[in-house]
Amino acid sequence: MLNNTGHLLIFLVMVLSLTIIYKSYLELKISSQKISNSIYQLSLFQSTFAISSFLVLIVAFINSDFSLINVYENSHSAKPLFYKIAGAWGNHEGSLLLWINILVIFSYFFLIFNFNHLKKFRLLTLIIQNLLILGFVIFLLKNSNPFSALEPVPSEGLGLNPILQDPALAIHPPLLYLGFVGCSIYFSAAMASMLANYRGKSFALSIKSWVLISWCFQTLGIIVGSIWAYYELGWGGFWFWDPVENASLLPWFAITALMHSVMVLEKRDNLYSWVIILCLLTFILSVTGTFLVRSGILNSVHTFASDPARGIYILIFLSLMILSSLLIFFKFYKKENYSFNFKSKETFILINNWFMTFFLVTVFIGTLYPIFLDVLTDVKISVGPPFYNIVIIPLVIPLLLLMVFGPQFNWINSNKFFSTKLIILILGAVGVNLFIFFIFGSYSFLTNLIFISSIFLIFYSLIELKKVLQKKIKYNLPRIISHLGFGMMVLFIGINHQYSLEDDFNLKVGEEKKFSHYEIFFDDIKLKEEKNYKAVIGNFRVKNIKNDTTQLLNPEIRIYANPETLTYEAAIKTRISSDLYLTMSNISRSDFYNIKFQNKPFMIWIWISALTIVLGGFLQLLNRRNEN
Amino acid sequence: MKISFYKIITFVIVFFLLIVFWLGLQKDNSYNTKSLVGTNLSSFNLPSINNEDTITENYLKNNKFTIINFFASWCAPCRIEHKYLLNLSNNGIKIVGVNFKDKKENALQFLNELGNPYEFVAQDVDGKASISFGIYGIPESIIVNDKLIVIKKVIGPINQQIYEEILENLK
Repeated sequence: MLNNTGHLLIFLVMVLSLTIIYKSYLELKISSQKISNSIYQLSLFQSTFAISSFLVLIVAFINSDFSLINVYENSHSAKPLFYKIAGAWGNHEGSLLLWINILVIFSYFFLIFNFNHLKKFRLLTLIIQNLLILGFVIFLLKNSNPFSALEPVPSEGLGLNPILQDPALAIHPPLLYLGFVGCSIYFSAAMASMLANYRGKSFALSIKSWVLISWCFQTLGIIVGSIWAYYELGWGGFWFWDPVENASLLPWFAITALMHSVMVLEKRDNLYSWVIILCLLTFILSVTGTFLVRSGILNSVHTFASDPARGIYILIFLSLMILSSLLIFFKFYKKENYSFNFKSKETFILINNWFMTFFLVTVFIGTLYPIFLDVLTDVKISVGPPFYNIVIIPLVIPLLLLMVFGPQFNWINSNKFFSTKLIILILGAVGVNLFIFFIFGSYSFLTNLIFISSIFLIFYSLIELKKVLQKKIKYNLPRIISHLGFGMMVLFIGINHQYSLEDDFNLKVGEEKKFSHYEIFFDDIKLKEEKNYKAVIGNFRVKNIKNDTTQLLNPEIRIYANPETLTYEAAIKTRISSDLYLTMSNISRSDFYNIKFQNKPFMIWIWISALTIVLGGFLQLLNRRNEN
Repeated sequence: MKISFYKIITFVIVFFLLIVFWLGLQKDNSYNTKSLVGTNLSSFNLPSINNEDTITENYLKNNKFTIINFFASWCAPCRIEHKYLLNLSNNGIKIVGVNFKDKKENALQFLNELGNPYEFVAQDVDGKASISFGIYGIPESIIVNDKLIVIKKVIGPINQQIYEEILENLK
């Protein structure tokens, strides 16, 4: 029953896509200024049907309707309700339906919110967006159908992978999809802008909010993914330079560059071609990322149920997208005149873009090089953190400094460069760095520079923040907050990296272990039965000898029945100054447990500063709404 | 549309990328050592567990068939498969053991406790030599003939069924 409803709704979305493309095409020839009501209505219906189809899938998951293969494979009746719902997008087919939903909803919103822009531009955007929708709907129906029926109906489902049963991970995919798929709308708009010759400032105004929205969600999605990795994967790390994490960073670099350069287009009516390239690139990289993750060409924790047939389809789609955008770009390319004054905001934004491009290329090469090597020479290698650390970290220093100097300049031309205030700030930053150096212990020259430049940026942002709050000028606030967040993030990651303590040892119940200034007592273990798993819980006391405080930590080993899996839940005591992190795992045929203990300074501050970066983005969105 | 250097370069790069992606899809990406069956064993030189002797591929040329078994005292499934190894050895099949990432004392105690089915016990302390045999976990066993061609590979512990198969094939 649900499978027919679902199919019908998807089918209607497809038919509406075709109708919208056809209707819009006819409208292009009519000279009236307004888009006819029928197109608005069709688009509204399309969104309604798409959302309904997704709700149908969610209902199927809530009711544990195992007549759908997708529900059977990814759910189980004993799962908590929250994870049943999250199961709807926790798999390839369901997430593709979510993907289509976002394409459709963004298409509708772009249509209704941009009413004051050129009609031809809006119609062409709608046509291109609907071509994208069509492509993905066909993909869904042909190869990844979440509504495929199963006969006879099984009495129980296979269950959702337990390591995915985590609140952070339940919201991680929707956030990322909003970010990645949201880019589709300015991919379409960029193509339409070239075709309709709707260039310059007005184009910038039409896409700016959409760039900001997708940037916010992408950033938030990546952060939530990191938080999940930290709490769930049990390695104590939060970023592994895993190929799939990198795949999410690639569009992020492009979109961050875009978010800055679109301002130049808006204020100075310049950099049009570059903005177009970034618009196209962001979505192309999002689809490339999807291809890498879903086709199974990369091996990583994220490759859920990969399937080469899927890969071929996405690859064909990707090729069509890239080739058509290249052809249109080259056909409509007009030479622009860049004559920026060096001492101007636009120059610094351009330099920011060089940095982003450099990071993008570095991560791109690091991620794809193993694939090239494997395909061309049959040699298997993997590119790990050392590569990225060597190439990226040194360049973070000039980037941090740039984030101080750049925003001080006015558009077009300004005279100020170095003030005594900045020199005092730098000296202050050096002072704080020396303080950290002497109190906590020494570190390399490079780390010194990173600490100094990040503290410099933090100081500078705080002073600006104070100024802005006193004068109540809202305009600069979002930028200051995001830059402050970035400075803090670099500093705290640096400190965290530098002063983390870690040890690995085996203990029996009743034993204790001394390590650095900690004493760890393994008091006893308990058993616990939950709805969908059994757990072995360890009782640990961690005593800090320095300040004579004791913390209780309870790591778990969970045994899930459906599917049968062991997961190790880290016990994490989050405090303002540091996190205590403890995992235990059983050693087969022995009474010993393997214990991994870490003390990670300022962990919570890394999350706070990352969220501060996003906060800036959301504030800017509010600002823009007020402007309008 | 005019053809320029930049356009050509862009298209070449894009096509190169897409073709590599396409070729990547055609490849079987999982690390699969089953394909080792039928290939020639590469040469090796391993010390014995007592450090008194070494073993090379030449040793295997004397037997019609040899099983090379990778084991460790800390590996629980190795204990389970051990009785099959003893039986195979009692049936006259030559077995070379490679002690994988283990302590000498523990390995010797393991053999004292459960019996020694091996003609020769080699050691691979850091596990690197085993990798060149195509091993990625233990227990694993490779069966080689006197021409040093791998004729069978067993991933995981030997069970009753595999035991019977080996016995039938090698007799």
